[in-house]
Amino acid sequence: MYQGIRMSGFGGQGVISAGILLAQAGLLEGKNVSWFPAYGAEMRGGTANCSVVVADDEVSSPIVSRPDTAVVLNEPSLAKFEPMLKPGGLLIVNSSLVNTKPKRTDIRVALVPCNAIAQELGTIKIANMVALGALAGLTGAVSIEAIAKALPKVFKRAKPEILELNVKALKKGAEAKAE
Amino acid sequence: MELVNKWPAGLVEMPLRYCPGCGHGIVHRIVGECLEELGIRERTVGVAPVGCSVFADDYFNCDMIQGPHGRGPAIATGIKRSKPECIVFSYQGDGDLASIGMAETIHSAARSENITVIFINNAIYGMTGGQMAPTTLIGQKASTCPRGRDPKVNGYPIRICELLQSLEGASYLERTSVHTAANAIKTKKAVKRAFQNQIECKGFSLVEVLSMCPTGWEATPLNSVKYIADKMMPLYPLGVYRSPEQREQKEGGAA
Amino acid sequence: MGEKILMKGNEALAEGAIRAGCRFFSGYPITPQNEVPEYMSWRLPDEGGTFIQAESEVAAINMIYGAASTGMRCMTSSSSPGISLKQEGISYCAGADLPFFYANVVRGGPGLGNIAASQGDYHQSVRGGGHGDYRVLVLAPNSVDEMANFPKKCYELAFRYRMPSMILADGILGQMMEPVEFKFEPVDPKSFKEAGWELGLAAGRRKRIVRSYDLREGELEKINAARLKKYREIEEKEVLFEAKQCDDAELVVVAYGTSSRIAAAAVKMARDKGLKVGLFRPITLWPFPKKQLAKLAEKSRKFLVVEMSMGQFVDDVRLAVCGRIEVDLYARPAGIPSGEETFAAVEKSYKSMTPARAAAPAKTAKPKGKPGRPRKKPAKKAGRPAKKTRKGGRR
Repeated sequence: MYQGIRMSGFGGQGVISAGILLAQAGLLEGKNVSWFPAYGAEMRGGTANCSVVVADDEVSSPIVSRPDTAVVLNEPSLAKFEPMLKPGGLLIVNSSLVNTKPKRTDIRVALVPCNAIAQELGTIKIANMVALGALAGLTGAVSIEAIAKALPKVFKRAKPEILELNVKALKKGAEAKAE
Repeated sequence: MELVNKWPAGLVEMPLRYCPGCGHGIVHRIVGECLEELGIRERTVGVAPVGCSVFADDYFNCDMIQGPHGRGPAIATGIKRSKPECIVFSYQGDGDLASIGMAETIHSAARSENITVIFINNAIYGMTGGQMAPTTLIGQKASTCPRGRDPKVNGYPIRICELLQSLEGASYLERTSVHTAANAIKTKKAVKRAFQNQIECKGFSLVEVLSMCPTGWEATPLNSVKYIADKMMPLYPLGVYRSPEQREQKEGGAA
Repeated sequence: MGEKILMKGNEALAEGAIRAGCRFFSGYPITPQNEVPEYMSWRLPDEGGTFIQAESEVAAINMIYGAASTGMRCMTSSSSPGISLKQEGISYCAGADLPFFYANVVRGGPGLGNIAASQGDYHQSVRGGGHGDYRVLVLAPNSVDEMANFPKKCYELAFRYRMPSMILADGILGQMMEPVEFKFEPVDPKSFKEAGWELGLAAGRRKRIVRSYDLREGELEKINAARLKKYREIEEKEVLFEAKQCDDAELVVVAYGTSSRIAAAAVKMARDKGLKVGLFRPITLWPFPKKQLAKLAEKSRKFLVVEMSMGQFVDDVRLAVCGRIEVDLYARPAGIPSGEETFAAVEKSYKSMTPARAAAPAKTAKPKGKPGRPRKKPAKKAGRPAKKTRKGGRR
């Protein structure tokens, strides 16, 4: 198993921490993992993205240039990462914020209204968890249980009820279907 | 018969290789005496600069390190923070301290590093052959301003004590001279106080000493003494520019 | 020990240094190594250590010079332009025989370059770097786990030989997160004994002097000759490397650090396609595994160097094999190759071996009993395949 993943969104949407969570979950499941942020000159409001690899074998490059899966939480990310996907790859789109429809026909697409689902659960802050849940459900790279176990390791100061809410978002996201 | 003028324990018994009439020897002796009188010789580490006093690592009878040009206060910082029980001083000339090492001078003062800096201001680069220093006087001739320092071309001399005075971190700043015996005695008092401050953990202390450089100035030793009194002292007035007491008062007032 | 934790390379490096006994750090901000000073600034005081944000890289390295002179296990880190500024101080430490440890999290250059990963500082690392005649010990990790575990090795070597040692990393190794396992118990600095050169409390002993000069006629040469002897000993004893699937390899890919990981992926692809390709990875870049490479040149037929620079590392590989074997180059100056791109370079290099030999790599091609002898080239046919100096993308 090898999953090269790119996660992208506005700074503040939580793609960086969702990526760390994914890597931590993979580690808990005994897989080889890496996480690599696109780091740049500091600025607010820009697009943030990270690469995550979850694999059975050793991870070669931590920079995922041809992703198996891309998670795009905002419009600019779609334009950037849709073309990079491998043929047959999976594109998870936050349809609450991304209006453009993906153009490629050689990939699988999951339109997930992450913000709307998160809002229903109580706060849009957990939209990233909905997307991560969808990724886990659709790729099987890691289990929802592993992510739930990883949560307190990554968010060390989070209160139990917040962690619980995150798990709810993960589970809701895992129900997503791809076409 | 009583020996009244012995070699101070703070200096190694060896001839100093400075030019006749140079002020370094006097200041070396002063520092050496202070190390002895304060009983700190065996726990003092000195930093020798690049310049004429590069050989200070041989002369002072305490652990010594010789470092890159201008970086004395940074090296002293590293030593003091690693061994706070040691007394650490940096001995520097004007090119070293006020030109290439200006950033280290200012920032170690701003951090109020608990170190002592002995600053020899002779308004010239001695070792390299009498080039213009940041402290060279307007009109003073040097090998890189042969017609005399022209402010339009070479800018103006830097007054270190006045400059550092604005920094809250500077604890003790005094300018003295060694062109007369009376002034040398005052210099010793200042140097002693600068070490005493460190012993009492009062932060950054610097003594700027106006000093003769007959070779660099192309003058006789006697004329060099006169040069300090007539030309240097008006530009570089002697006195205390900052004392720990002033600093405490200021801090108390602010609180 | 034991548990694997997910850590960022820069933080693993800092934690590894602290666990190896580092109690003094001075540095200056520069991307992509900022997590090192940031980590040190909160972690060191907890251990009774000192963190100083210096006013410049120049001041930072001179604080290290001072701290190292007391025998303190100290560290600084920076990225390429900052290391350039530190070179004078590093030269002084080498000249004064002071042990300390530093890390260069390399970014693209020259000049301000960029902040992405690069291997462009190879030469300045393995050739000393500053002015004068000296070496520093250079270790090149290729994982976050090694970022965490190499500082201990660096300190041990630095103190054993009284000289600076460094980790040559890059933006990827600094910024990425990977599982880490600290493979040693934390070292207690109180357990270190004075060696007899340290400055400090001098009661009952003669004064000590730390300096990097000797102006007396003929003296500096003696000091440098002694240092050379030490360097020779290190070249003999301290070489570290990793060789994978080299035994039957016709083509050996030679790479270090991040590019060795990418090369590993390419080697795997090549093996999957039935190409006999191996991977040789120097872990110490100085001392360089010259002998090991020379030996490998006897049994394989071609080397391919993969580096994220113009062709610096390849110089040492070519010096090591001394013309015995053809050495191709896949250079990506300030570029980061993918596994696929690297595989393409491997395949091209492999296929440009002369067909006769590629078909029959066995005994006949090897004159027996004369190892080390330059092999005869089969006439002019193959000539020298065009060097693959790729005009790197992503500028």
